[in-house]
Amino acid sequence: MDDLYREVIIERYKNPVYKGKLDPHDYTYEDENPLCGDQIRIDLRVDDQNVVKEAAFSGHGCSISQASADLLLESVIGKSLEEVKKLSKQDILDLLGIELGPVRLKCALLPLKVLKAGVYGVSGADAGEEEVE
Amino acid sequence: MDNIRKDFPVLTREVHPGIPLVYLDSAATSQKPESVLKAMEEYYRKHNANIHRGVHTLAEEATALYEDARSRIVSFIGVKKTTELVFTRNTIESINLVAATWGRANLRSGDTVILTEMEHHSNLVPWQMLAKEIKLNLEFIPVTTGGLLDIKLFEDLLKLEPKLVSFTHVSNVLGTINPAVLIIRMAREAGALTLVDAAQSAPHLGVNIGELDPDFLVFSAHKMLGPTGIGALWGREELLEKMPPYMGGGDMIKKVFLRSFTANDLPHKFEAGTPAIAEAIGFGAAINYLNSIGMERIAEHERQLTAFAMEKLTGFKGVNLLGPAAQDKCGVVSFTMEGIHPHDVAQVLDSEGIAVRAGHHCAMPLHDKFGIPASTRASFYLYNDENDIDKFIFGLQKVQKIFG
Repeated sequence: MDDLYREVIIERYKNPVYKGKLDPHDYTYEDENPLCGDQIRIDLRVDDQNVVKEAAFSGHGCSISQASADLLLESVIGKSLEEVKKLSKQDILDLLGIELGPVRLKCALLPLKVLKAGVYGVSGADAGEEEVE
Repeated sequence: MDNIRKDFPVLTREVHPGIPLVYLDSAATSQKPESVLKAMEEYYRKHNANIHRGVHTLAEEATALYEDARSRIVSFIGVKKTTELVFTRNTIESINLVAATWGRANLRSGDTVILTEMEHHSNLVPWQMLAKEIKLNLEFIPVTTGGLLDIKLFEDLLKLEPKLVSFTHVSNVLGTINPAVLIIRMAREAGALTLVDAAQSAPHLGVNIGELDPDFLVFSAHKMLGPTGIGALWGREELLEKMPPYMGGGDMIKKVFLRSFTANDLPHKFEAGTPAIAEAIGFGAAINYLNSIGMERIAEHERQLTAFAMEKLTGFKGVNLLGPAAQDKCGVVSFTMEGIHPHDVAQVLDSEGIAVRAGHHCAMPLHDKFGIPASTRASFYLYNDENDIDKFIFGLQKVQKIFG
């Protein structure tokens, strides 16, 4: 358990760096995990090369989903949208640095799902959850 | 109640090395005593056969065991007629059965059905589906901020001349014990039938059809020490008689022709196909176990535990309790912790071997009403004791230490 709540997760949950909204934004999407009511919105601003310049998330959720969102947005700044589309479940797990069971995995992957859906402009983008189920 | 724990094998296990299980999630599903497990195993080992057909010894034994289980359940709820007790898969199937058969046959466009704001999704969605199909008007008895049903506003809703009032006896989130006798009497005076969702009351308080006097009452075995996959619908005989069958197939028929059939007698008319025989027998064994302890003792034990837990939680930094005071509650304590998500609460508790539920507990509208996305729920049963609650409180202190 103590592994699950690594210091970085608690720290990012309590003091997120990328929490907020961007207005105007180039990309935005919002979704929720109906199982636990977690809800996340992600806004992006990109430059004319489609490289992410600014990112912010809002909404509410558990420490895993919030820390995952914060770490994810930190990692996408400076990345092209094409690179963002290639992000996988493993990238999230690497960012969080923890092993997760199937239930908490959904929490961890919600931000990536939202981010990808925003970038693709479609709902229900694949965040790689199917691999574990 | 001291020797009860030894009857439940799962309570001796460790969740993590050196950390025993503290099971506080009985409102989701209860644990099973040895006697229930044995009854089901013995059926498979000695009597396994299909029921209501075949004249061989095993078939007769299996049928007798299955029907004996029905008799026990019927006595448990204080009625005599086994024709009025239909085995279903669970509470949800029981409610769907009533909606699909009684509902379709008796409700017309514009008719009003009254539910409450504290219903489990199982008593919302079947009626929403039917409402969409035949344009029913659904109304809801509001929940007060204290977690009680607003009976004054219910009185106003009755002016709409509802055809049915379907409500939960005990809230699975708030633990509120609703005034079922009063609601049923008021509904009947207004000309409405009543359906009581007893999923949370039958296991903890017991239910008596004679005292409540409803038209339908539904519950599940798995929340009252029995197995999953079996539940019950009790209905007044004259209503069940007039209702069309639910699923078609074997066992629910008397005669089948190429283009028609005649339905079987009650209760078999509603039990199509080979039922969950071992589970029904396990259900019967669970009833025996509950009877051996006594529902009054169980209810009193849970009252004490709930009061004890609420006393410990009141004044716990950052904890907001949902629902009414201990005396209006039954074995359930739900709460939120300031700035800490229920998932995180539950996860830290699990690290101490403590099983609680985190989420919306299949009651999203109720959480919306209280303006919270989710809550944490600890629920108690006959096998819990004050030691479990002490560990639970210790676990919450750990939550505070990590997240506070």
